[in-house]
Amino acid sequence: MDQILHLLGYEFAQNALAAGLVVGIVSGVVSRFVVMRNMAFAVHALSELGFTGSAGAILLGVSPVVGLMTATTITALFIGALGVRVRERDSVVGIAMAFGLGLGVLFLSLYPRYATQAFSILFGSITGVSRGDVALLIGIGVVTLVALGVIYRPLTFATVDPEVAEARGVPIRQLGVVFLLILAAAVAEAVQVVGVLLILTLLITPGATAERLTVTPARATACSVLVALVAVIGGILLALATNLPVSVYVTSLSFAGYLLARFVVGPRLLGTEGRGASAAAARADG
Amino acid sequence: MPEPAVRFSDATLEYHGRRIWSHLSLGFEGGSFVAILGPNGSGKTSLLRAVLGLTELASGTVEVLGQPARRGDSAIGYVPQHQNLEVDLPMRGRDLVQLGLDGHRWGLGRPDAAAHRRVEHAIEAVAATAYADAPIGRLSGGEQQRLRIAQALVGDPRLLLCDEPLASLDLRHQQGITELIGAWQHGGERTVLFVTHDVNPVLDLVDQVLFVVNGRWAMGTPDEVLTSSRMTELYGSHVDVLRVHGRILVVGESSGSGFEMEEPHHLPVMPDDDHHPPQASA
Repeated sequence: MDQILHLLGYEFAQNALAAGLVVGIVSGVVSRFVVMRNMAFAVHALSELGFTGSAGAILLGVSPVVGLMTATTITALFIGALGVRVRERDSVVGIAMAFGLGLGVLFLSLYPRYATQAFSILFGSITGVSRGDVALLIGIGVVTLVALGVIYRPLTFATVDPEVAEARGVPIRQLGVVFLLILAAAVAEAVQVVGVLLILTLLITPGATAERLTVTPARATACSVLVALVAVIGGILLALATNLPVSVYVTSLSFAGYLLARFVVGPRLLGTEGRGASAAAARADG
Repeated sequence: MPEPAVRFSDATLEYHGRRIWSHLSLGFEGGSFVAILGPNGSGKTSLLRAVLGLTELASGTVEVLGQPARRGDSAIGYVPQHQNLEVDLPMRGRDLVQLGLDGHRWGLGRPDAAAHRRVEHAIEAVAATAYADAPIGRLSGGEQQRLRIAQALVGDPRLLLCDEPLASLDLRHQQGITELIGAWQHGGERTVLFVTHDVNPVLDLVDQVLFVVNGRWAMGTPDEVLTSSRMTELYGSHVDVLRVHGRILVVGESSGSGFEMEEPHHLPVMPDDDHHPPQASA
């Protein structure tokens, strides 16, 4: 505890927490839609291509965050342009991912002193984030949240009820592309904390956990943000107190949250609602 | 004669390069209940999509309440083809209805007392209050369909488009849904376009029938259109229209000799239900 308080006086710890706060909120909201839209595979591809982007950026001597952001954005546009139908989408994602990782290997082999930086991109390195990167992360985070706020309602409509949404004039296809771009930004943010390989812990687990706790959409989004924040901030604090990497704690906390929601808290909260519904259905069916 | 609620003028529709129907010119009178019938692939759903402004006509025009059809017209309520929602969908019936009211608007959608009352009222009108707060995916097909009707009506439309709203419902739920739509229509100058396989559940409500087959169509009252001679003409092969116990059955020759029946049109989809005698099939 003393060690945490002591370390909180340092700039690197403050930077990490500031970035963690933004990442937690963005991940929590985005994760809801990732789960509802079945986009786990797209998240995985975006983050692995983010790795390629970072590797390319380091090779060119540019900030890895910029490289990451550029790569995820290009990937999002590629998937959005070619993967119109759900059936096509997974293939397009896979095609992009395979090629992108090939490029990543190329960059890696061109830059021999790459091992440590590669490690931090793959597994996260938020305590190594510079003040400039924090500003960039906060900027991207705010833009992402504002964009999400603007499209939140029609995106929900398009996600759960696309046919009626389309009939009501919701631009389904365009929203899908905008969401991919938001996802690209969210991936770039979350990679800073947990790295490329562990990205799903922030972009799937919180949303999936929330669905186990409530069926009220607004409450589910709030739960999702809460889970992501506890995982990120808790993970950073625990990592400061010990010598293990942040991602170890973030993944453990979010996994524990899911298990708790699924097997302990959720059945109590949802179980009663569920029984109520089936009882009502049974009555109606006579 | 009142202004038509929907008017097709010399309209031609193509789907993936295939011509579905051409030079369609007809009007649906305001305040009428129109049943749209015909075999699968005859463009019934496409017709609704054209009215919704979602499908562009290859030529001609379609006007809705005096205006060219356009996407997102708030004067139209829409009940899509029934599919059961996912069991795990993290949403209540109330939320589905709410989306019908303001889901198309930008922003987060902050709680609003007036909107809440409208949603509440729409749910009461379809008698779904008892289960409006339960997870919608766990409701029965009939309950989900009631909420769908509430969703379509919550915006107070003047024209209601229903695409096979009775499919996969048992007879009792079919009646319930039909009564709801009938009651809504009698509340004012409201028009219903009702795509269906089976005209019988709505026979009491129907003012006009539009029967579409292979690019040909016939329109008029059920008594005018649903006759053996009109159906034979329309299908281009011998068809009998039988009236049995107040029900209308359209029965074609067996496949191979005349037209192919993909399914027994106009025969009700019979769920397993002990209370009804087995029906003869075409």
